Amino acid sequence: MTVITAPLVRRMFRAEGLLRARELGIVVAIVVVFVATTINNHAFADAHSVQQLLTGASLIALLAVGETLVIVTRNVDLSVGSVVGLSAYVVGDVFVKHPHTPAFVGFVIGTLIGAVVGVINGLITTIARVPSLVVTLASLYIVRGIDARIVNGKRIDPVNVPRPFTEVGYKTVLGIPWLAVIVALVVLIVGYAMRTFRSARDLYAIGSNPEAAALAGVPAGRRIVSAFTISGALAGFGGALFLAEFATVDATGGTGYELSVIAAVVVGGVAIFGGSGTVFGAALGALLLNTINQALVASRISSFWNQAVAGALLLAAIAFDRWVGLRVARRMQTAEGAHRDV
Amino acid sequence: MSDTQTAPPAVSAVDAPHRELPWRSALRWESGLVIVLIATLIFAGTQSSDFFTQSTMFYIGLNMGEIAIMALPLTLIVMTGEIDLSVASMLGLAGTIMGYLFEHHWNIYLAMAAALVVGAVGGALNGALITRLGLPSIAVTIGTLTLFRGLAEVILGNSTVGGYPLSLTKIGVVPIQGTQISYSVAIFLGLAVICAIVLHATPLGRSIFAIGLQSEAAHFAGIRVGRIKFWLYVLSGVLCALAGILFTLKNASARFDAGTGLELNVVAIVLLGGVSIFGGRGSIVGVVLSVVIVGCLQQALTQMHVDAQVQNIVLGGLLLVSVIVPNGGEAIRRIRARTRRRVPA
Repeated sequence: MTVITAPLVRRMFRAEGLLRARELGIVVAIVVVFVATTINNHAFADAHSVQQLLTGASLIALLAVGETLVIVTRNVDLSVGSVVGLSAYVVGDVFVKHPHTPAFVGFVIGTLIGAVVGVINGLITTIARVPSLVVTLASLYIVRGIDARIVNGKRIDPVNVPRPFTEVGYKTVLGIPWLAVIVALVVLIVGYAMRTFRSARDLYAIGSNPEAAALAGVPAGRRIVSAFTISGALAGFGGALFLAEFATVDATGGTGYELSVIAAVVVGGVAIFGGSGTVFGAALGALLLNTINQALVASRISSFWNQAVAGALLLAAIAFDRWVGLRVARRMQTAEGAHRDV
Repeated sequence: MSDTQTAPPAVSAVDAPHRELPWRSALRWESGLVIVLIATLIFAGTQSSDFFTQSTMFYIGLNMGEIAIMALPLTLIVMTGEIDLSVASMLGLAGTIMGYLFEHHWNIYLAMAAALVVGAVGGALNGALITRLGLPSIAVTIGTLTLFRGLAEVILGNSTVGGYPLSLTKIGVVPIQGTQISYSVAIFLGLAVICAIVLHATPLGRSIFAIGLQSEAAHFAGIRVGRIKFWLYVLSGVLCALAGILFTLKNASARFDAGTGLELNVVAIVLLGGVSIFGGRGSIVGVVLSVVIVGCLQQALTQMHVDAQVQNIVLGGLLLVSVIVPNGGEAIRRIRARTRRRVPA
């Protein structure tokens, strides 16, 4: 074990400071986009518009939280979009068949469905030692196929979704949409856990150096299965939220979400090869992407520009991260060199 | 497997697959694919009475041609340990460029050439970001996936461009004269032969294997890692643009959202073909077999009136089985070793 010396601690703080600066950077970007758009179009800062902004970002932010846990361990979960679709439809189907089901049961069912998919993803990844990209690509297809089989060309209509359930999707508390409140709570809880608990810190250890983590006695397999389970559970919960938000779903619900989620995570400063990044950053990344989309609409720039701008932004974010990373590495090297000279 | 016994027992379970010669494991993979293919054909023949008719081959080719063409450069890229997720977006962008220019009274062949140039430029953008700036290819190509599709949307919006010369759009209706082979498949087969020769019989191909196995070692052995990767991305851009042109002509219309989501199909086919996602292992023959298997399966299921979305279960299941089976033996050995270790304690 390394002796913790004063310069080492200082160095760690400096590195963490830069990571913090990363999240601050996203906040600044959100504020800049928001203010610039508001100057252009005052309606953008209306309560209703801001509520829409938050609601629109909520689902992707929630999925980004789970995805962060997985990506931090040097894995990836591509199945989240399909899980959202499956969970949303099954929950809706429960409401159709048993109209008096309490609303919270819907959320529980959705979460459980996701957790089951997550456990399977995690077990296959760790036991068979198959790269998670392949496993979750396969489960993306399988889950979507099962979903289509269950849906069988039908759809859930708003009349069949109970009122208390959809209220979660459009009601507000103190002017903040419930959807955003729920997701913010999840972000805070998971974010706190990721900073505090040993088991959560293990995820970072696994991601930054799998061999070293194994030598240090980190139960990598169990931790990775947990990460996939949480990611799946949050995606399943997200499926229930999807139904609450839109009150309707067919066989295509959540299609393509996986790439938006990974984009949000990467913009949020989570390293795609694991080991660093925070849940807060990922959620803010989702908010930034949605703010930009809405800003384009509010600025009356054709919505056709949405994707092009999002793509360019994503590339800029990765390039920026790389630049910051190189600077940190260089600074650490010089610091180390100076230390040795002494 | 025989060398496992001579090795010291402490490392045998973990190191065994690495010590095997690459061609041996590849050979086994392809024989597995052949068995799967035979099983698929038997299944298709028994389940659907009109599977073994002449037109089936043409329809399979029509469905798979563009995906198959995109799978070739992706195979080479995955062999070097990288990935390109922007392939389907490039297909859409190239078709869009071609359609837009044709609409603005360009000669159709000039419009096609322009689409290919855009493909090269897009591939060069990927390649430059990945090799010059050293960015992770999965993140970069998710970015360009969104960017290329976005540019296509900006150019064409919701409109559709049609009206191409009938002599060209006929590739979507009739096979090459005297055969049941679609034009896109003929192009794919030609390209596959070239790729196979380059990958398996030239120094460049050996370099690609070397990069995938140990990028650092390849670099120190004098292989220009960055340059090879860069040109593979350019190649990918050009061939995806070619696929975009064929896709547009086949459908006789250009839309910005052509081929949305196909990137995952292409990746699935490459992985099913036995190409290791970590690079350094795989073969063109495997990818060609994988194309044929997926094409036959989809066609058979469609003839059985299985919903296209439900067919995903089969594709996903096949992908899963294909990666678990080769690793399964090793996993069982590992678990056994672990339980054995626990017993004395």
